[in-house]
Amino acid sequence: MAKRIEVSDLNIYYGNFRAVEGVNISIEPRSITALIGPSGCGKSTFLRSLNRMHEVLPGARVEGKVVMDGQDLYGPDVDPVDVRRQIGMVFQRPNPFPTMSIYDNVIAGNRLNNKRMKKAEADDLVEKSLRGANLWNEVKDRLDRPGSGLSGGQQQRLCIARAIAVEPDVLLMDEPCSALDPISTLAIEDLMTELKEQFTIVIVTHNMQQAARVSESTGFFNLNGVGQPGRLIEFNPTEKIFSNPDEKATEDYISGRFG
Amino acid sequence: MSTPTRIAPEVPARPTGPVRTQRRLPRFAPLGLYLAGLALGAALAALTGSGLTTAVVYGVVLGTLAVFVASRIVEGPRKATDRLVTALVTTAFGIAMVPLLSLVWTVLDNGLPRFDAQFFTNSMYRVVGEGGGAYHAILGTLIITALATAISVPIGLMTAIYLVEYARGRLKKSITFFVDVMTGIPSIVAGLFAFALFTLLFGGGVRLGVMGAVALSVLMIPVVVRSCEEVLKLVPNELREASYALGVPKWRTVVKVVLPTAIAGLGTGITLAVARVVGETAPLLVTVGLITGTNLNPFDGRMATLPVFAFYQLTQPGTATQAFLDRAWTGALVLIILVMALNVVARLISRFFAPKTGR
Amino acid sequence: MTATKAPSEPTQKPAVRRPGDRIFAGTAKASGILILLVLAGVAAFLIGEAIPALTAPAEEIPGGEGLAAYIGPLILGTLMGALLALLVATPLAVAIALYVTYYAPRRIAAAMGYVIDLLAAIPSVVYGFWGLAVLAPALRPFHTWAADTLGFIPFFAGPASSTGRTMFTVGLVLAVMILPIISAISREVFSQAPALHREAALALGATRWEMIRMAVLPYGKSGVIAGAMLGLGRALGETMAVAIVLSGGAGATLTLISSANPSTIASNIALKFPEATGIDVNTLIASGLVLFVITLGVNMLARWVVNRRADFSGAN
Repeated sequence: MAKRIEVSDLNIYYGNFRAVEGVNISIEPRSITALIGPSGCGKSTFLRSLNRMHEVLPGARVEGKVVMDGQDLYGPDVDPVDVRRQIGMVFQRPNPFPTMSIYDNVIAGNRLNNKRMKKAEADDLVEKSLRGANLWNEVKDRLDRPGSGLSGGQQQRLCIARAIAVEPDVLLMDEPCSALDPISTLAIEDLMTELKEQFTIVIVTHNMQQAARVSESTGFFNLNGVGQPGRLIEFNPTEKIFSNPDEKATEDYISGRFG
Repeated sequence: MSTPTRIAPEVPARPTGPVRTQRRLPRFAPLGLYLAGLALGAALAALTGSGLTTAVVYGVVLGTLAVFVASRIVEGPRKATDRLVTALVTTAFGIAMVPLLSLVWTVLDNGLPRFDAQFFTNSMYRVVGEGGGAYHAILGTLIITALATAISVPIGLMTAIYLVEYARGRLKKSITFFVDVMTGIPSIVAGLFAFALFTLLFGGGVRLGVMGAVALSVLMIPVVVRSCEEVLKLVPNELREASYALGVPKWRTVVKVVLPTAIAGLGTGITLAVARVVGETAPLLVTVGLITGTNLNPFDGRMATLPVFAFYQLTQPGTATQAFLDRAWTGALVLIILVMALNVVARLISRFFAPKTGR
Repeated sequence: MTATKAPSEPTQKPAVRRPGDRIFAGTAKASGILILLVLAGVAAFLIGEAIPALTAPAEEIPGGEGLAAYIGPLILGTLMGALLALLVATPLAVAIALYVTYYAPRRIAAAMGYVIDLLAAIPSVVYGFWGLAVLAPALRPFHTWAADTLGFIPFFAGPASSTGRTMFTVGLVLAVMILPIISAISREVFSQAPALHREAALALGATRWEMIRMAVLPYGKSGVIAGAMLGLGRALGETMAVAIVLSGGAGATLTLISSANPSTIASNIALKFPEATGIDVNTLIASGLVLFVITLGVNMLARWVVNRRADFSGAN
């Protein structure tokens, strides 16, 4: 299931503004890759370009290559919708569909695409996905209740269950814990280490401890100044980044001498 | 047997804190003064032998003056001006209530005598005097309004979707602007448009129910666009992104995520748009005309509609004048009830279809 | 910023779009364009049907003196009624908006706003009924009094109407009808006046009225103007209430209170159209075209004021 993503010379634009430039990175399967850096450095933009989510904003486009197992995601006849089916995403704020029950939220990816499913099949998928997101035991008695009635941490795990229910190869997480309390954060982090057995996970985080705790590799993004494009400064195994980084800028940021 | 000792309540000393207290009128003094002024005005009017209206006018003026003068003496000019404005704006609200109450009362008073079963079950076919009803006109109004809704809602809703989900740049700006402008088209002009359009298509003198529906649509579409647009804008972008991230194409996202989330607001907006056109008279007058019998086919000749029915009953009474006037007022009453019912339905929709949080 | 300019802008077009997406987006866009076409069609068809009247010899036009002589008094009547309505309704509407936003008890303010909005929901034909049956007779004494005491002003020149079905009564009925429009928009802008400014005024020891004068009215001014213009647009085009209440058709006069009143464009169409044939129809449509142009102008001006305000309001 999990796949490797190779990014080479990626530039990302919003209209005429170059937001991110010259990114080369290789994301390993069955591991967690963390992206850290100051606000506005382009790490979220880069993450969203991996499953072509940034294209929903008008004027956004990229140059360069993003290759997943030999296939260029930006090839001329690649449908962004298909890309997103292979590369799922979890957002900063939990966003379950307010009109749907917990059950319907989990199989939303299938239902919204009119995929026909037998009842038993759907039940299995819901249970499997909710178990995968460590939420099954908490909600199994109220699957028909609205998803928005859950706590913030539960909602975020519901969103993870929803994302893995479409069986993607890669899971992108855009600061998935920033809106959550410490206990819910811990639950999500535990969940991530379990999920990496099956998925390639890329997580953007503001929290350096979190990157250090969960990831195998870490990329540090930075920008030279306001209005300048963001760059990938350093990409190394997490241990090295946090103990002995190659770049001075990385060390400054990690030790808090940033700015 | 001990008698309970009564402790005399202590008189609290006036607080002499650091906050400077201003001299103020006691709490109910302004109201009291105002009422006194009112009473004086009424007495004055009674003395001079004027009617109720004059009494109220005198009373309001004197009451306002009493409050202003008292406040000016006790509290100073600034506070007095404040009280004067308070009295003025309150009076303004009162003035606006007069026509509303008078209108509702008049329509009820004149409309209730013929508010009977016959009115709802009989047409005016071969009725020249008393009796008869608006059965044909009520059905005609319902049919034409339904037809107008069927035309307006798809166009209006799709335009709103276009404006919120797709449009950018000049086209978006011009559509938004002209939809705004279109809300100001006089209803009679909409009627003339439908007339001119169908004259061109079918030759002169044509009168059809569907012409009225087209005219009403011209009035209804901009209302539908504006209200739907406002509602769709309220749907959080996060939900659209969540759907895209699941590999759902944009159009399915709109149809299955955005519209269901906004359904309460959409229903409310559309119902209010219907309420706005259901009482329109002028465009129907020039496109649909009026007949005395029941015609339920909007594609075949003239139809009766409630507003036009009421208008002609009032302005062209036959020999039994009172019977015509009674029918006219009952028609007006039914029309008001229809509009109010639609307003209530709109409120109920927004209450019951709102997304449940279900804690 | 110059350093970050992209060398070649439209390198990548969104490559693949699904058929479903294309159809759906196309339908949505077509609907939007259809609306523009309808508006253009309104103008085009009215012009098309009005041309015979524009080219017809003067003596064939009803009245026998040509189109300008026919439509002129109607325009005068339309403007008189609408302006009178505006004059009466605007101050009242502003006061009501202030009352609902800043004076009414918090708990019932929303309900009061709703009650005022009900005025807008009542069909115009019903206003006509009410104006004819209640307001016109009630204003008869005023008409007589105005003719006696204010007769030296052209607007109140006698002889006073004995029915009350005058331009003055029409103006008041129209005022009631546009009151909710103006007050709804004023209410909205007043309630949006920045809380910071309002609280600053109150913190300086201002009374409520001083606070409103300092922080609310300046902020809401252009909103009130826009609301008034929208109300004016509505009053200009109002048909049934005028058609029922006014005993018009007397040619151009300025007096508001006599029984000889000019009719208005809209009500004249409503009254004459059902019986009209031949060139009369074209003449009426030509007058409708004039009304369309006037209201279009007023509404575009109003929208322009509203949009300009949105750009410069500085509040979010």
